[in-house]
Amino acid sequence: MSILFLTQAVFDSIRAHGEATYPNECCGALLGRATDEGWRVVDAVRAGNTRSDSAHNRYSIAPIELVQIERKARQLDLEIAGFYHSHPDHPAQWSKTDFSEAHWLSCTYVITSVEKGKATLTNGFLLTGPNEEEKRFEQQTIRIED
Amino acid sequence: MKIFIPTPLRSYTEGKDAVEVGASSITEALDTLTQTHPELRKHLFTGEGKLRAFVNLYLNDEDVRYLPEKEQTAVSAGDTLSIIPSIAGGAGNGSRA
Repeated sequence: MSILFLTQAVFDSIRAHGEATYPNECCGALLGRATDEGWRVVDAVRAGNTRSDSAHNRYSIAPIELVQIERKARQLDLEIAGFYHSHPDHPAQWSKTDFSEAHWLSCTYVITSVEKGKATLTNGFLLTGPNEEEKRFEQQTIRIED
Repeated sequence: MKIFIPTPLRSYTEGKDAVEVGASSITEALDTLTQTHPELRKHLFTGEGKLRAFVNLYLNDEDVRYLPEKEQTAVSAGDTLSIIPSIAGGAGNGSRA
Protein backbone atom coordinates (compact mmCIF):
# COMPACT_ATOMS: atom_id res chain seq x y z
CA MET A 1 0.00 0.00 0.00
CA SER A 2 1.49 3.35 -0.99
CA ILE A 3 1.77 6.20 1.48
CA LEU A 4 0.17 9.62 1.24
CA PHE A 5 1.90 12.22 3.37
CA LEU A 6 -0.24 15.10 4.59
CA THR A 7 0.68 17.88 6.97
CA GLN A 8 -1.52 18.19 10.04
CA ALA A 9 -2.72 21.56 8.71
CA VAL A 10 -3.82 20.00 5.40
CA PHE A 11 -5.55 17.10 7.15
CA ASP A 12 -7.40 19.48 9.49
CA SER A 13 -8.27 21.85 6.65
CA ILE A 14 -9.93 19.28 4.37
CA ARG A 15 -11.93 17.84 7.25
CA ALA A 16 -13.03 21.30 8.40
CA HIS A 17 -14.07 22.08 4.82
CA GLY A 18 -16.27 18.98 4.77
CA GLU A 19 -17.93 20.04 8.00
CA ALA A 20 -18.41 23.60 6.74
CA THR A 21 -20.24 22.56 3.58
CA TYR A 22 -22.31 19.79 5.22
CA PRO A 23 -24.87 18.53 4.17
CA ASN A 24 -23.25 19.26 0.80
CA GLU A 25 -20.01 17.87 -0.56
CA CYS A 26 -16.88 19.99 -0.40
CA CYS A 27 -14.03 19.77 -2.89
CA GLY A 28 -10.57 21.12 -3.46
CA ALA A 29 -7.07 20.46 -4.72
CA LEU A 30 -4.02 19.13 -2.94
CA LEU A 31 -0.65 20.69 -3.74
CA GLY A 32 2.61 18.97 -3.01
CA ARG A 33 5.73 17.30 -4.28
CA ALA A 34 6.34 13.83 -5.69
CA THR A 35 8.95 11.89 -3.72
CA ASP A 36 10.27 8.35 -3.95
CA GLU A 37 7.93 7.45 -1.08
CA GLY A 38 4.84 9.04 -2.62
CA TRP A 39 3.09 12.41 -2.68
CA ARG A 40 3.94 14.84 0.10
CA VAL A 41 1.01 17.26 0.28
CA VAL A 42 1.74 20.64 1.86
CA ASP A 43 -1.25 22.76 0.83
CA ALA A 44 -4.98 22.28 0.34
CA VAL A 45 -6.81 24.74 -1.89
CA ARG A 46 -10.56 24.99 -1.41
CA ALA A 47 -12.65 25.03 -4.57
CA GLY A 48 -16.30 25.71 -5.26
CA ASN A 49 -18.67 22.84 -5.98
CA THR A 50 -20.40 23.65 -9.26
CA ARG A 51 -22.97 20.84 -8.81
CA SER A 52 -25.57 23.07 -7.16
CA ASP A 53 -28.27 20.80 -8.64
CA SER A 54 -27.14 17.85 -6.49
CA ALA A 55 -24.45 19.16 -4.15
CA HIS A 56 -25.34 16.67 -1.39
CA ASN A 57 -23.96 13.74 -3.41
CA ARG A 58 -22.05 15.22 -6.34
CA TYR A 59 -19.13 17.56 -6.82
CA SER A 60 -17.40 19.17 -9.73
CA ILE A 61 -14.67 21.79 -9.91
CA ALA A 62 -14.91 24.38 -12.68
CA PRO A 63 -12.02 23.87 -15.12
CA ILE A 64 -11.14 27.58 -14.99
CA GLU A 65 -10.68 27.21 -11.23
CA LEU A 66 -8.33 24.29 -11.93
CA VAL A 67 -6.36 26.46 -14.34
CA GLN A 68 -6.00 29.06 -11.59
CA ILE A 69 -5.05 26.45 -8.99
CA GLU A 70 -2.41 25.03 -11.32
CA ARG A 71 -1.06 28.54 -11.83
CA LYS A 72 -0.83 28.99 -8.08
CA ALA A 73 0.95 25.62 -7.75
CA ARG A 74 3.56 26.67 -10.31
CA GLN A 75 4.17 29.93 -8.45
CA LEU A 76 4.77 27.94 -5.25
CA ASP A 77 6.97 25.42 -7.09
CA LEU A 78 4.45 22.69 -6.24
CA GLU A 79 2.38 20.26 -8.30
CA ILE A 80 -1.27 19.30 -8.16
CA ALA A 81 -0.88 16.05 -6.24
CA GLY A 82 -4.56 15.25 -6.23
CA PHE A 83 -7.97 16.33 -5.01
CA TYR A 84 -10.23 15.93 -2.02
CA HIS A 85 -13.95 15.87 -1.44
CA SER A 86 -16.40 14.83 1.25
CA HIS A 87 -19.15 12.23 1.43
CA PRO A 88 -21.91 13.60 3.68
CA ASP A 89 -23.49 10.73 5.64
CA HIS A 90 -21.76 8.25 3.36
CA PRO A 91 -18.64 6.09 3.82
CA ALA A 92 -15.15 7.39 3.02
CA GLN A 93 -14.90 4.99 0.09
CA TRP A 94 -14.84 5.80 -3.57
CA SER A 95 -18.16 5.46 -5.37
CA LYS A 96 -18.95 4.40 -8.91
CA THR A 97 -19.32 8.09 -9.72
CA ASP A 98 -15.93 8.88 -8.18
CA PHE A 99 -14.32 6.18 -10.26
CA SER A 100 -15.94 6.99 -13.59
CA GLU A 101 -15.15 10.71 -13.17
CA ALA A 102 -11.53 10.21 -12.04
CA HIS A 103 -9.04 11.06 -14.77
CA TRP A 104 -5.91 12.30 -13.01
CA LEU A 105 -3.76 9.16 -13.20
CA SER A 106 -0.92 9.04 -10.66
CA CYS A 107 -2.76 11.51 -8.44
CA THR A 108 -4.47 10.98 -5.12
CA TYR A 109 -8.17 11.29 -4.37
CA VAL A 110 -8.90 11.92 -0.69
CA ILE A 111 -12.39 11.30 0.64
CA THR A 112 -13.71 12.31 4.07
CA SER A 113 -16.91 10.93 5.49
CA VAL A 114 -18.94 13.59 7.30
CA GLU A 115 -21.62 12.12 9.53
CA LYS A 116 -24.28 14.44 10.91
CA GLY A 117 -21.96 17.37 10.31
CA LYS A 118 -18.88 15.84 11.93
CA ALA A 119 -15.87 14.61 9.95
CA THR A 120 -15.16 10.97 10.74
CA LEU A 121 -12.91 8.83 8.54
CA THR A 122 -10.55 10.23 5.87
CA ASN A 123 -9.15 7.87 3.24
CA GLY A 124 -6.77 8.35 0.33
CA PHE A 125 -6.93 6.50 -2.98
CA LEU A 126 -4.25 6.64 -5.66
CA LEU A 127 -5.59 6.58 -9.20
CA THR A 128 -3.18 4.26 -10.92
CA GLY A 129 -2.83 2.31 -14.17
CA PRO A 130 -1.27 2.90 -17.57
CA ASN A 131 -4.23 4.65 -19.14
CA GLU A 132 -7.89 5.68 -18.77
CA GLU A 133 -9.17 2.27 -19.87
CA GLU A 134 -7.10 0.34 -17.31
CA LYS A 135 -7.26 2.76 -14.38
CA ARG A 136 -7.96 1.62 -10.84
CA PHE A 137 -8.03 3.05 -7.33
CA GLU A 138 -5.55 1.79 -4.74
CA GLN A 139 -6.13 2.66 -1.12
CA GLN A 140 -3.26 4.54 0.49
CA THR A 141 -1.97 4.78 4.02
CA ILE A 142 -2.31 8.38 5.18
CA ARG A 143 0.62 9.54 7.26
CA ILE A 144 0.45 12.87 9.05
CA GLU A 145 3.70 14.78 9.35
CA ASP A 146 4.73 18.34 10.04
CA MET B 1 3.36 29.31 -27.36
CA LYS B 2 3.58 27.53 -24.07
CA ILE B 3 1.47 24.43 -23.36
CA PHE B 4 0.97 23.58 -19.69
CA ILE B 5 0.98 19.85 -19.01
CA PRO B 6 -1.13 18.47 -16.13
CA THR B 7 0.48 16.26 -13.49
CA PRO B 8 -0.70 12.88 -14.95
CA LEU B 9 0.83 13.58 -18.35
CA ARG B 10 4.24 14.87 -17.25
CA SER B 11 5.71 11.38 -17.38
CA TYR B 12 5.33 11.68 -21.18
CA THR B 13 7.12 15.05 -21.37
CA GLU B 14 10.25 14.04 -19.45
CA GLY B 15 8.72 15.49 -16.30
CA LYS B 16 8.31 18.97 -17.78
CA ASP B 17 5.27 20.95 -16.66
CA ALA B 18 5.32 23.10 -19.79
CA VAL B 19 6.33 22.57 -23.40
CA GLU B 20 7.11 25.40 -25.81
CA VAL B 21 5.85 24.89 -29.37
CA GLY B 22 5.75 27.03 -32.49
CA ALA B 23 2.21 27.01 -33.90
CA SER B 24 -0.34 29.25 -35.57
CA SER B 25 -3.47 27.54 -34.20
CA ILE B 26 -4.50 25.37 -31.24
CA THR B 27 -4.80 22.31 -33.48
CA GLU B 28 -1.31 22.89 -34.83
CA ALA B 29 0.03 23.34 -31.31
CA LEU B 30 -1.48 20.01 -30.20
CA ASP B 31 -0.18 18.29 -33.34
CA THR B 32 3.32 19.59 -32.69
CA LEU B 33 3.10 18.57 -29.04
CA THR B 34 2.02 15.03 -29.83
CA GLN B 35 4.58 14.66 -32.62
CA THR B 36 7.32 15.60 -30.18
CA HIS B 37 5.82 13.44 -27.42
CA PRO B 38 3.91 10.66 -29.24
CA GLU B 39 2.86 8.85 -26.05
CA LEU B 40 0.65 11.82 -25.18
CA ARG B 41 -1.66 11.28 -28.13
CA LYS B 42 -3.65 8.34 -26.78
CA HIS B 43 -4.15 10.12 -23.48
CA LEU B 44 -5.54 13.24 -25.15
CA PHE B 45 -7.42 11.84 -28.13
CA THR B 46 -9.79 8.96 -28.82
CA GLY B 47 -8.98 6.33 -31.42
CA GLU B 48 -11.05 8.41 -33.86
CA GLY B 49 -8.81 11.40 -33.25
CA LYS B 50 -11.30 13.42 -31.20
CA LEU B 51 -10.26 15.14 -28.01
CA ARG B 52 -11.33 12.96 -25.09
CA ALA B 53 -14.50 14.29 -23.46
CA PHE B 54 -12.88 14.79 -20.05
CA VAL B 55 -9.97 16.85 -21.41
CA ASN B 56 -10.49 20.60 -21.12
CA LEU B 57 -8.39 23.07 -23.09
CA TYR B 58 -7.95 26.65 -21.98
CA LEU B 59 -6.35 29.25 -24.22
CA ASN B 60 -5.08 31.69 -21.61
CA ASP B 61 -8.28 31.96 -19.47
CA GLU B 62 -10.75 31.04 -22.23
CA ASP B 63 -12.43 27.64 -22.59
CA VAL B 64 -11.58 26.55 -26.13
CA ARG B 65 -15.03 24.91 -26.50
CA TYR B 66 -16.63 28.34 -26.35
CA LEU B 67 -14.26 30.16 -28.70
CA PRO B 68 -15.96 30.90 -32.05
CA GLU B 69 -13.34 28.96 -33.99
CA LYS B 70 -12.68 26.42 -31.23
CA GLU B 71 -9.48 24.47 -31.92
CA GLN B 72 -8.91 26.36 -35.17
CA THR B 73 -8.42 29.56 -33.16
CA ALA B 74 -5.23 31.39 -34.10
CA VAL B 75 -2.55 31.64 -31.43
CA SER B 76 0.54 33.76 -30.97
CA ALA B 77 3.86 33.21 -29.24
CA GLY B 78 2.75 34.85 -25.99
CA ASP B 79 -0.36 32.67 -25.56
CA THR B 80 -0.62 29.76 -23.14
CA LEU B 81 -2.64 26.60 -23.58
CA SER B 82 -3.62 24.64 -20.45
CA ILE B 83 -4.59 20.98 -20.68
CA ILE B 84 -6.87 20.26 -17.74
CA PRO B 85 -8.58 16.90 -17.19
CA SER B 86 -11.94 17.34 -15.49
CA ILE B 87 -12.50 16.82 -11.77
CA ALA B 88 -15.86 15.55 -10.55
CA GLY B 89 -17.47 12.73 -8.63
CA GLY B 90 -19.37 12.33 -5.41
CA ALA B 91 -21.00 9.75 -3.21
CA GLY B 92 -23.83 9.33 -5.69
CA ASN B 93 -26.67 6.96 -4.93
CA GLY B 94 -24.70 3.76 -4.58
CA SER B 95 -21.52 2.65 -2.90
CA ARG B 96 -18.20 1.66 -4.43
CA ALA B 97 -18.10 -0.30 -7.65
